[in-house]
Formats: sequence, C-alpha cells, structure tokens
Amino acid sequence: MNGIPEISVDGVSKQFRSGALALQSVSLQVEKGEFVSLLGPSGCGKSTLLRLVSGLTEATGGTVAVNGMPPANARELMSFIFQDATLLPWRTVAQNVGLGLELEHVARSTREDKVAKMLEVVGLTAVADRYPRQLSGGMKMRVSIARALVSRPRILLLDEPFAALDEMSRDRMNEELLRLYLEQQWTVLFVTHSVAEAVFLSTRIVILAPHPGRIEQVVPVDLPWPRTAETRTTKAYEEQVAQVSRLLRGVRALS
Amino acid sequence: MKRHLWFLLSNLIVLGCLLGLWQMVVWLLHVPAYMLPGPMVVGAAVEHRFPSLLQSLLLTSTAAALGLAGSVVIGVAIALVFAQWGWLRRLLFPYTILLQTVPIVAIAPLILMWAGSGVTSVALVAFIICLPPIIANTTQGLISVEENLVHLFLMHHATAAQVLFKLRLPHALPNLFVGMRISAGISVIGAITGELFAGSSRVGQGGLGYSILYASGQLETDYLFALVLAATVLGFVFFFAGMFLEWYFLHHWHESNRSDVPE
Repeated sequence: MNGIPEISVDGVSKQFRSGALALQSVSLQVEKGEFVSLLGPSGCGKSTLLRLVSGLTEATGGTVAVNGMPPANARELMSFIFQDATLLPWRTVAQNVGLGLELEHVARSTREDKVAKMLEVVGLTAVADRYPRQLSGGMKMRVSIARALVSRPRILLLDEPFAALDEMSRDRMNEELLRLYLEQQWTVLFVTHSVAEAVFLSTRIVILAPHPGRIEQVVPVDLPWPRTAETRTTKAYEEQVAQVSRLLRGVRALS
Repeated sequence: MKRHLWFLLSNLIVLGCLLGLWQMVVWLLHVPAYMLPGPMVVGAAVEHRFPSLLQSLLLTSTAAALGLAGSVVIGVAIALVFAQWGWLRRLLFPYTILLQTVPIVAIAPLILMWAGSGVTSVALVAFIICLPPIIANTTQGLISVEENLVHLFLMHHATAAQVLFKLRLPHALPNLFVGMRISAGISVIGAITGELFAGSSRVGQGGLGYSILYASGQLETDYLFALVLAATVLGFVFFFAGMFLEWYFLHHWHESNRSDVPE
C-alpha cells in the first residue's frame, strides 16, 4: 500500500452538452483490490461515472485520478468491458482476444502466446478459431472478458456486462468472474442494476440516486470469501440482498 | 440437390414457353423479320455473326470492368476521406448525389470531346455512373460503427489509421459489396451508353453499343436482337460476379451469408 487510492473521484460533476446534469459533486475512493458495484435506477449516472474513470469522457467539474494519474494517462492499467460483447464479427475468437495487444504493437509470437493462455483460463480454447456469430451470448461475453484480461489489467471497469444474459448463465459468469478476481487481484468497478449480482460480487456497494446523479449510500458487503454458488443459499446473503433492496427502493421513491 | 434441379428445370420450361410464344406470334401474325425476327432467326444471327458478336462483347465488358474497378478504387478512397473528416463529408456529399442525377446521356458527348473516342471514354462513362452507389454505401458503412467499438479501440491507444483500417473499413465491407452489386449491373449499361456516343467505329473496335447503332442503321434487326441478348447476358454475368465476390469475402463471418446454424 502506497497510500494513493487506486481510483479517486473527488467532487466530480458531469453536465452534458444538452444541459442535463448527469452527476453532481460525486466523491468516491476505491482502494487497491476492492470490488465496488455501482447500483441505482436508470438515469443515476452510474455508467457515466464509469466512463469518467476510464477517461472516455471528461468531467465538467472536480477531478478523477487513477493511481494518482489523470485517467487518459492510466489506460494501460485499465480494461473496459461493455454491456454488449462488442466483438468484431470478421475476426475469430482468438483474433478478437488479441485485438488490444495488436493495437499496441505487441509482437505476434508474444501475442499468440498470451492469447492462447488467456483462452485456456476462460475455457475458450476449443472455439479459438470460430467466428462470433457461431457463439451463444454467454460465450461471446466470455470472449469479451478474455479480451479485457489478456493485457493483464490492474483495474477492471464493467458496464452491466451480464445484463443481456439469462439468469443461469449470469450466475455462472458471476462465479467465474470471482474466481478470476481472487486469482488475479484486480480492483473492480462494476455497474449493474441487479441487487443480487451486486451483493454476490462486491466488497462494497455504492447506491446512486438520479436527477441529478449522486451517491446516496455506501454499503459494505461482508460475506465470507471465497464466494461460490452455495453463498447464494446462505442466510447472510439473503439478508444483505433484502437490505440493499430496501435501500434501493428508498432511492426509487425519491426519484 | 433434387430441389436445385427442379428449380433449374422449371425455369427452363418457362423460358421455353416464352420463346415458343414469341415464335408463334411471328408466324401467326406474319410479322416481317426486320420488325420482329423470331427466336430462330435470332439464333441463326448469333451463330452467323458469332466472331464479331464475341469481339463486341469483349470490348464492352473490358470497358465496363475498367469503369467498375476504377469506381471501386476511387469510390472507397473518397468514402475513407469522408469518414475521416466529417466536415468534408457534409460539404461534398451532396455533389456525389448530383453525380448520380446528372443524365449520363447528356454528358457522354462532352466526355467524347474531352477524351476522344475509344475505350477510355467508354470506361469513363461507366466509371461515372458506377461511382455514386460505391461512395454512398461505403461511406454509410464506415460511419455507422458502434460507438463502444470506437471506445474500445481508443482504450488501447489506437491511432486514427488503426480505427480506419482495422475497424471502419472491415465493418463497411458488406456495404461496399451492396454498392458493388448495384454498380456491377449498371456498369454494363454505362459502357453501352458510352459506346453509343464514344465507341470507336474502326473495324473490330466497336463494342456492343456501337454495333447496336450499326445494326439498327442497316435494319439488321436479327443482329440487333442478338446484340441485346449479349448485353443482357453480360449484365447478368457482372451482377453474379459481384455476388460471388461478396460471398467469397463475407461468408466466413457475415450474418447475411450464414451457411451454418450456431451450436
């Protein structure tokens, strides 16, 4: 620990060109190794907050720092996973996973090596030469995650990555994500509107309220690690889900 | 396989019926051959004039292919420029539509005046009518890339060239082929129109268009029909060549060409 938070959001506001205020003086510190979920009704600016941290958009007020740097300078540390798999349909699975390395001019042999290892980690080796259209939704998402992880990021930013999946695959992807999280120890910022998902995954849940987007409540989650499918059947988990749901309902009543 | 055979057979039957009807009309109404020759007479003309017919066909297809190839190269280049600089696109895009609405018959004489008669002018006419569909479709494909994909590239410090050639251009390939399919069909029309004005009248150098003028001037209606037939076949060949290229380049990955079902 060097005292600098991995992600630091300080009094940040974001006003769109249309004049709408997406976020108003939001402050949030994320320490190294934390898994923080951003939860809230639509219009609360949770995706906007994620994009500010990624450096894809800039704040209109306040400062965002990633490992003490402006986000745009810290892109090597971060990987972004979108709601859709956003695969390039003309590339095979392996070529999609290797895209980032290719754009950063990593030598072909090194690239192929890293891609092969990553495909093995996420269990996609068998479909390495398939095209995206031949894959199911869950598989596509897995490719998207592999693509994000292959550059060995320290920070993972996920924007409702499993929203389009059915509940079964979503649960399975959650478990897999946690397995990789314990293995590779990233810092995670995870946008979702599923309470169950947020509780299962997070060390901390940030509940946002809309109009204008602001942080309403921060809830620590102290379920024991490692969390597996059985975790969902425990009483502690159920209670935590109920508590967060109650808080979220309060926020919805406000809006 | 059996279904394909049946499809082919039923098409041939329809064709046979139409030809038979045509022949009957000519026979029963005693239409003179210079007005409407029957299919048998036309067939005889094809056989009789085959070498010159083939030569005209080759000349026209060469000019059409040159015009089409040129329009693909130049059209894609223009579309890339349009995709890279939005203000230029907004400024100049209307003129590409103007290019499409200008009557080609009216500017063909101008081209003849500037470039002289021969294959250059003919290819130029084909080029002009092939260009707008290529530009319009390719530009559309280049600029309709999903924003998240662009963000993904930017997260990896992609340069403008990388975004253009690794993302936008492959994304626009299906659109480019739609444009090419349209242009392939009209390239033949363009070449023949060009030849009506700018075809060389030297022996053995007149394409289909010039030969059509010649045949109608001489009231060789049977030959005229043979030429029309050749032009139609040529248009078909170009269209299917375009379809084949599209299939060849896209069938691995593109949804419109999917041949197998997932999982």
